[in-house]
Amino acid sequence: MTEILIRFLIGGVSVSFFALLGDIFKPKSFAGLFGAAPSVALATLALTVSKEGAHYAAIEAKSMMVAAVAFLIYASCVSWMMMRHTRGALMVATSFLSVWTAVAFGLWYVILK
Amino acid sequence: MLIQADFSTLKETRWYQVAVRFCLGGLVTASTGLIAKKYGPAIGGLFLAFPAILPASATLIEKHERERKERAGLNGSVRARKAVGLDAAGAAMGSVGLFVFAWVICKLAPTHQPYLVIAAATVCWMIVSLLIWDLRKRM
Repeated sequence: MTEILIRFLIGGVSVSFFALLGDIFKPKSFAGLFGAAPSVALATLALTVSKEGAHYAAIEAKSMMVAAVAFLIYASCVSWMMMRHTRGALMVATSFLSVWTAVAFGLWYVILK
Repeated sequence: MLIQADFSTLKETRWYQVAVRFCLGGLVTASTGLIAKKYGPAIGGLFLAFPAILPASATLIEKHERERKERAGLNGSVRARKAVGLDAAGAAMGSVGLFVFAWVICKLAPTHQPYLVIAAATVCWMIVSLLIWDLRKRM
């Protein structure tokens, strides 16, 4: 339970920090870089290395590589949709999470399983 | 356009908006640990590149841009959507850096000091993201 709480706090701080950096900087395309910051990974990997070891972290990082490709497709879809259609940001950004899930798990199954 | 830091935007951010992002980040990170424990590091690792910031940030950007334009007596919907689109395009460029971050850890963590590797991977993420952004800007 303590470990989950520590992960929650470190993850919350890390994500909030990068999100604030994204708020501060201009132009928006540059600020968007922080939307793809390794915020969850930084919080998780440091704890993983100390608890499970570097080899375990390397396995996680290998999967993270295919998930980053899924992120690229997800963010491109969100950008395209927001530029060309009239749907709200929350609806577009959350509904396309299904694309991230499908691509991430699909690539993992095809390449890494 | 030059890169600028505008701290006045922080004044527009409400405490509950910060709290939502803190809770989302905390939830994703805690869940990643639980998923890795239950299904193994190969599945848990996928969530290290989960878009945790983007949905909440997109909503905030849309709201702030619309409010700014409406204060000036204009309809801010189109400008707000374009701002979110640009932000997401930046995130797409940053995801290449995210890939390199993961690659550096995957290749170097088992054979080098892991904490140094994480620090080096973070620097690589920043450099690659900046290079891609700069390259895109010049095109």
